[in-house]
Amino acid sequence: MSADPGPLEAVLRARRSQGGKALVPYLTGGLGDWQAALAAAADAGADAIEVGIPFSDPVIDGPVIQEANDRALAAGITPLGVLDALGRLDIGVPLVVMTYYNIAFRFGLERFASVLASQGVAAAILPDLPLEEAGPWTEAADAAGVETVLLAAPTASDERLGRICGRTRGFVYGVGLLGVTGVRDELASSAVLMAERLKQITDVPVLVGVGVGTPEQAEEVCRVADGAVVGSAVVRRMLDEDGPAAVGKLIGQFRRTLDRG
Amino acid sequence: MTMAEPVGGRFGEFGGRFVPEPLVPACEELEAAFRTAWADKDFRGELNRLLADYAGRPSPLTECHRLSGELGLRLLLKREDLNHTGSHKINNVLGQALLAVRMGKTRLVAETGAGQHGVATATAAALLGLECVVYMGEVDIERQALNVFRMQLLGAEVRSAVSGSRTLKDAINEAMRDWVATVESSHYCLGSVMGPHPYPWMVREMHRVIGDEAREQCQHLLGTDPDVVTACVGGGSNAIGIFSGFVDGDAALVGVEPAGGAAIGRGVPGVVHGSKSFLMQDEHGQVLEAESISAGLDYPGIGPEHSHLAAIGRARYESVTDDEVVAAFELLSRTEGIIPALEPAHALAWVSRAREELAGQSVLLNLSGRGDKDVDQMMDRLEVERESFGNDGSTE
Repeated sequence: MSADPGPLEAVLRARRSQGGKALVPYLTGGLGDWQAALAAAADAGADAIEVGIPFSDPVIDGPVIQEANDRALAAGITPLGVLDALGRLDIGVPLVVMTYYNIAFRFGLERFASVLASQGVAAAILPDLPLEEAGPWTEAADAAGVETVLLAAPTASDERLGRICGRTRGFVYGVGLLGVTGVRDELASSAVLMAERLKQITDVPVLVGVGVGTPEQAEEVCRVADGAVVGSAVVRRMLDEDGPAAVGKLIGQFRRTLDRG
Repeated sequence: MTMAEPVGGRFGEFGGRFVPEPLVPACEELEAAFRTAWADKDFRGELNRLLADYAGRPSPLTECHRLSGELGLRLLLKREDLNHTGSHKINNVLGQALLAVRMGKTRLVAETGAGQHGVATATAAALLGLECVVYMGEVDIERQALNVFRMQLLGAEVRSAVSGSRTLKDAINEAMRDWVATVESSHYCLGSVMGPHPYPWMVREMHRVIGDEAREQCQHLLGTDPDVVTACVGGGSNAIGIFSGFVDGDAALVGVEPAGGAAIGRGVPGVVHGSKSFLMQDEHGQVLEAESISAGLDYPGIGPEHSHLAAIGRARYESVTDDEVVAAFELLSRTEGIIPALEPAHALAWVSRAREELAGQSVLLNLSGRGDKDVDQMMDRLEVERESFGNDGSTE
């Protein structure tokens, strides 16, 4: 429980204290007209936006985000290219960079953290950097004022969940099911259970992602969780070249469904 | 020095456990289960019985009289090619499959490059009644059709990895994705001394038998350790296996990488597939695609303990070109009547190139696999060369 939460956590706490649910879409940096899509998502009611920096070997991502990574890399996007563009963007919601650890490691941890901060990025998610390995990064991120969001998974003990919630900043990212990112027909029962377990442990905002692909699934998990992260469903719209308008439309549907609760 | 358990999962600055959160408890469970099993004499007895009665251990040590004369040194081969399934891979796989049963897992997931580890895993799964899924890059499926069929014959399902470079690194990505989704019932039977802790340590321990046997055999034959111990290195399991028998002595340890996949030769430290190690990557941290004649070494990374051995100067790493490998493949076939796999032909290619430096020395080479799987590919390549030279079919 941070006495002085960073900008991401502040926004998510404000949404919760108003009785609402947080909506955090994910988009792949460098894919198509991604900057316009970020703006469209913000306009349509996203509370914060996760921006992926593509990596050659995204082991926790399913086919949709893999394809998005491959296409963006083939189009020549670099980590600095994504971050430079984010620095020029003014869309009024906190930005969260999601990438794999090797990108940050190769960049240099302190330099990566300071570039995130200077480009106005509030937080970072490094999904292959678990608690035990996170020390060097969180030290650099804390010093730069970047919030590090940690993942919590259904396989963890309550004791482990407690340690994760104690170290995460911004929110705790509950992994909704055992599997890679992607849209499923139904919300896994593990998603609600994950949210319940985390809510019993922590006051930090609890958002659930992975396998949350429709407004109805987001609504269902948000009966317990403080919000939802939606990735592959959004990226799918970008791969289909419907572009920013389709992304905005989809986020609008999620927003209205979450708001009617 | 000896090869002990890595402290905190690290070999010096290398190693670690860089995996998505859902896999952390599985790695912890595996580490605990392995530590207990490895200290349990019943488990070790069962594994040793399988290694002897099923896999055919101990593997012989063969002195190459003709080739030694040709090269001007004393060449000894540790004959892992004579193990059941045709390579060293069976040592690790029998151990991990027994461990999986002990942990109550019913399904093995594996990656494979050349197909040797996939075949070995499918074999162990058949032997112990486990379900088996093997991921293999689409490119490798094409160039190793024989091994694909062998795996299917053994009852395994072979799934094509179609992302990225469609080779070994992508097969590992797919296997890890499968494991994330099935971690409660599946054991990931990783085929090399790489990946998150405890794999680099556990797989080394399971291949230590190569080095322990070889040291005893060398004592018997030479009365001492050989001057040089060499092995090919992709992920590096056969090399670690044989090095582990000699690391506390004076023998020079030489790992041989393919020029197109030289993690130590061309890489810088990075983190992929669960551990920190040398890695071929671009300036942005994107992993590069390895390119080698040998599917089994077509990997841009290397096991973390090799990075450590290189960093502290206990082992050195050389690289050889595809052409040198082909020449070595033919050389051993012609002079000793042993057709090697393309992977250990890398180590022989280095020995052949370094023959002046090695003159008069005893050189122990881990012949990690047999060449049957590569015969088709070599037939195509050598036919092409013969046509282009326009001669009568002799390559001499």
